[in-house]
Parts: sequence; structure tokens; C-alpha cells
Amino acid sequence: MLRWETGLALVVVVIGIAGASVSSQFFTSNNFFNLGLSNGEIAIMTLPMTLIVISGEIDLSVASTLGMSSALLGYLWGRHWPMIGIFVLIAVVGLAAGAINGLLVTRLGLPSLAVTIGTLALYRGIATILLGPNTISNFPAAYTNLGVNAVPFTGNDITYSTAIFIVLAIVFGVILHATPFGRSIFAMGASSEAAQFAGIRVKRIKTILFMVSGLVCALAGVLWTFRLNTAVQDNGLGLELDVVAIVLLAGVSIFGGKGSIVGIVLGVLAFAGIQNALFLTNFNQEAAGIVTGGLLLLSVFGRNAASFSQRLRARLPAGRPRRGRPGTAAGLPPASTPP
Amino acid sequence: MSTILVPQSERPPAAAGTGARKLTERAFRVRESGIVVVLVVFVAVTTAVQHRFLNTTNIQFILTNTTVFALLALGETMVVISRNYDLSVGSVLGLSAYLSASLFGQHHGMPIVVVFLAGLGIGLACGMLNGIMVAAGRVPSLVVTLATLYIFRGIDILIVGGKEVVANSLPGSFLNIGKATVLGIPDLAIAIAVVIAIGAYYLRSFRSGRELYAMGSNPDAARLAGIPVGRRVFVAFAVSGAIAGVAGVLWAAQYGTIDSTAGTGYELQVVSAVVVGGVAIFGGSGSAVGAALGALLLNTISSALYVLGISPFWDQSIWGFLLILAITLDQLISVRLTAALRLKGGRRG
Repeated sequence: MLRWETGLALVVVVIGIAGASVSSQFFTSNNFFNLGLSNGEIAIMTLPMTLIVISGEIDLSVASTLGMSSALLGYLWGRHWPMIGIFVLIAVVGLAAGAINGLLVTRLGLPSLAVTIGTLALYRGIATILLGPNTISNFPAAYTNLGVNAVPFTGNDITYSTAIFIVLAIVFGVILHATPFGRSIFAMGASSEAAQFAGIRVKRIKTILFMVSGLVCALAGVLWTFRLNTAVQDNGLGLELDVVAIVLLAGVSIFGGKGSIVGIVLGVLAFAGIQNALFLTNFNQEAAGIVTGGLLLLSVFGRNAASFSQRLRARLPAGRPRRGRPGTAAGLPPASTPP
Repeated sequence: MSTILVPQSERPPAAAGTGARKLTERAFRVRESGIVVVLVVFVAVTTAVQHRFLNTTNIQFILTNTTVFALLALGETMVVISRNYDLSVGSVLGLSAYLSASLFGQHHGMPIVVVFLAGLGIGLACGMLNGIMVAAGRVPSLVVTLATLYIFRGIDILIVGGKEVVANSLPGSFLNIGKATVLGIPDLAIAIAVVIAIGAYYLRSFRSGRELYAMGSNPDAARLAGIPVGRRVFVAFAVSGAIAGVAGVLWAAQYGTIDSTAGTGYELQVVSAVVVGGVAIFGGSGSAVGAALGALLLNTISSALYVLGISPFWDQSIWGFLLILAITLDQLISVRLTAALRLKGGRRG
């Protein structure tokens, strides 16, 4: 698995060099700040998505949960609820949204792809019902500053969303790679049945993962709303594709069982770096999708090329002289001498 | 010469094979009739509350609106049945709509047939690209078509820039395609119904069509059974792309104004229509007619909500809810079906 991350790190370096050569502004702290601003929420959403994909499922409702939480924020604020109360309710709603996904997938045994396409529509619909055509833009500066200012004491580089991403990445990284809980997620992705028989509570863990995703996306919705100082029903429309793209780019296998948080961080950097470089060169922002799409294709073909070359190497004839132990080809045990 | 009597248990199980097939056919018909029932109930309830709903203009409106989605649903069905996904249909539609419609502006007096062929060609090219990557590269189609969704849309944006094709640049005969009717039924709806019937017949009665089901049901077994999986997948994507291309031209004919956002988000609506229509999300079962009915149902509901005065903001929630309901239903049916098929197989001996 380390191979993928190394390749990706190289890609990030290349993007960095290309970005710097294309614009002198690329490596300025101001630019890094803007990078954090425009991609912070997406980056945060990739973390629970990674765990879900590794466990063998997928959650396409992330952007709609973001939108629903944003709409809820606007709706309740418009009704003069206290902000703390709003935060609590949004957290509960996020957990509930995730729980619905989780229960439909684990209790009813429905495929997560189909379920989350349904909840994608359902939650976006709820956002639309809440706000209608309205836009709420009168959030107090104390909160909108959270969206656009730098975290104090860190200089002017790091947005709150970037800071949250860093903290969450460490937390998720530790959980995924250094705890039995994390290992069981890999096991589930590799084989749900085997994991079940090994005593892993697959259904419970998957439900928890979906609930965490709901909660984190609700948080992202709050950050998004404050950053733009706007709550409108189509906030975050279509972001789920960006999130899935980053997760796949990071080397997480769509079939489950493989992936790493380090890869995610690199993936986020690659994705953000490209968007940023294109932005600095006045490339049509909306057409930046071509690059994201191209990267996605490279990531899957690259993975296939790696396994393809491995298969090729294993087929090499045993007789070809190799350094080290003579008579052994890749993967084959040494030939035994007849008595 | 002695006659050799074949013992009862060794006689070839002639009845079981057809029995199983009849059972699955019945399940398909039940699923399709289920959608028709829901549709009828919906229309009945809406008309009871609001008589306007069932007048000719409204029906024509619904039918015309559904044509693009029904067409897209046909192409998507072929792909999903084989356990693949084509998420790029929205982008292909947008690209085809703009490029083909702009032909009118560039060459005066361009025959409409040529424009349709251009749309078909654009869609076919995109579809073949998808097909090659999925078939030869052995890459999951979800990822490939997600990437091409981005890429085709990006190309569309680059080509279109800030421009748009406006209705006045299009000949009247083109814009009237959606409006011509015969006996009150829009010509377009009839044409699309014919196309869907052809597609349904192909899937049911042609060997290559049935092989798509086999591939979706168990890809490895299909490969081992000698089905040319790569070729079939390639053709399925090529056809899906071609259909999306034609749908783009029809879209242009209906809306008249095309910019770079044409078709955005359609892929998810199409997948929903297809799943509501009974096509299993993991492939292996479903019918083109069901998918078209699914598209019709979703469109009818949108129109019904509008007529009932329910805010269109409820649209998305309802189709999301319906989708979840549909897949829950399908899960229950497939569990029962599998159990029943196992029983039938067991009776052999």
C-alpha cells in the first residue's frame, strides 16, 4: 500500500512545482490560506467517507447532508433560535441522517449506492423545503469570522476549516490505523462475511460510520454557511463527486479493504493544488473538472497498471537467472532437488 | 435388444428450467404492473382533487417531458443490467445538445436529420470511450464514468464558454418536434415508445441482450460460460452514449436554449428512474419497459405536485423517498424470489 502513497506524493510534488512555475503566488501563505478556504469543507468530508469506502460501502448523500444542515442553520436562525441551540439540533439531525443511511444499509440489507442516492435526493429535498427560494445572509460576524478568518496564534495561514481538518485527520488516522476498530473496518471491506464470522460486529460498526459521516457533514455545512455567510438550498450541490474523487485518488479501493489517511491528505493536497493552480492561471474554474476527471482515470489505470506488471513479473520463466537465490522466480518457492 | 429404462431421478428436468423462467418472468411483470398501479393510483387521486390534471394539454406535457428521460433510462438500463453504471449521461447530453444545436446557427438550412446524426455521433464517441476504458482496462465503471462525467462536462464548458444557443437560431420545424401530435398523443412519445419496445425486445429475445443479464448476475460465471464480456460491455456503453447523444438533440428541440449547464445532474435522476422501474442496482434483473415506466412515474409525480399546488420544493424529497421505497421492495421481492427458485430447483430431485 505504501507504493500508492509514494506515487501520489510524487504527484503532489509535481503539482507543487507546476503551480509554482505557473504563478509566483502559488507558494505564498496567502495562497495557502485561500486553498484552505475553498477546499476546507470538502477535505473534512473526505475523512468519514474514507472509512465508509474502506468498509465496503459508499455514502453519496454527504453533500446533501451539508446542504440540509446549512438550510437548517438558516431556517432556525431566521426564527431567532439561539446559536447554541441551533448547533445542538444540527448535530442531532446530522447523526440522524447518518443513522437512516446506516440502518437502511445494515438492517434492510439495501445496497449503499442506491440508498445514498435516495437520501441524496431526500436530504436535498428537505433543504429545499426548509428554505424554499430564500437566502439567509445575516449571520453575526462572530460566526462568519469562523468561516473566513485564520485561527489565532498561527499567523495568517490556517483557516478554521483547515485546522479542523488537520485535527480530524489525526484522529481518524489513529483510529483507522492503530486501533482494533480501524482494523475491523479493513476486515469488513475485504470480506464482510469473514469479518462477521470473526466476531466483528459489522452492522453496528457500519451504522456508526454512517452516523459519523452525517455528523461531520453537518459540521461541514455549518462551516460552509459561515464562510459564505449564506444559507441557500443548493449549498454544496454536487460536492459528493469531488469527495469521492479525492477518496479514489488517495488510493482507497472502491471495492473496500484498502486505503489510508495519509493517502487522503495527499489526495486533498493534490486536488486542492490543481484547483488552485488553475485558478491562479485564470483557467476556467468550472472546466477544472477535466483535470479532476483525468486524475481519477490515472488513479484507477495506474492501480491496474501496477497489478498488471506484477502479474507479468510472476509469469517470468523460472529458469531466468536472478540475483540472490538461483532458480527462484518471483513468488515461486525454490525448486527442490530430487533425491 | 433391450430397452433401457431411465430411472425417474435421472430424467432431464425439463419442467424445472421453464418453471424457473416462468417464475422470473412473472416477477418482472409483477414489478412492472406495480409501477403501473402506483401510477394509476397517483393519477386517480390527483385528478379527484384537481380536475385540470387529466386534460389533454397536461398529458401531452407530461409525455413530452418524459421522452428525454425515458430514452436515457433505456440506455442506462442496458448498462446497469450488466452490473455497470454510466454516470456520464448528463454530460454527454449537454455536450450533444449544444454541439448539434449550434450546427443550425453555423450552417443555414441544415437538415434536421444531419443534426440528429451529429448528436448520435457525439454520444457514440463518448460512449465508446467509456466502453473501451471499462472493458479493456477492467476498471470499475462507477469510477470511469464519474471521471468522464467531469471530463465531458469540462469539455462542454470550454467549448460553450459563456455562450448559449438561443431558440431563435433554431428552425421552427426543429422546435416543433416536441409539439407535433397525432390523435392528441405527441409524436415524440410514440416514437420513444417504439424505441423502448425495440430495446425491450432486444434485451429479452436476442442472445446478446440476455447475456447482459448473465454478466450482471455473475460476471465470473458469465466469462467462464464463454460470453464475450468485454465486447458486450463495450457495446452497452456505446449504445448508452449514442442514446444520450440523441436525447441531447431532443432536449435541444424541447428547450431551445442551451448553455453549458444543460443536463447537469441528470445521471442521478436517470439512475433513480431506472431503479424505481425495477432494475436491480447490482444488475442481473430488470426491464427496459419498467425503467421507462419509472421515468414516467417520476415525471408524473412532479407534474401532479405542481397541479395540486404543492410546492415543487417537495419534488426531490418525494423522489428520494420513492427510490428508497423501491429498493426496499425489490430487496424483499428478490429474497422471496431466490427462495422460491431454490425450492423449484430442489424439486428436481
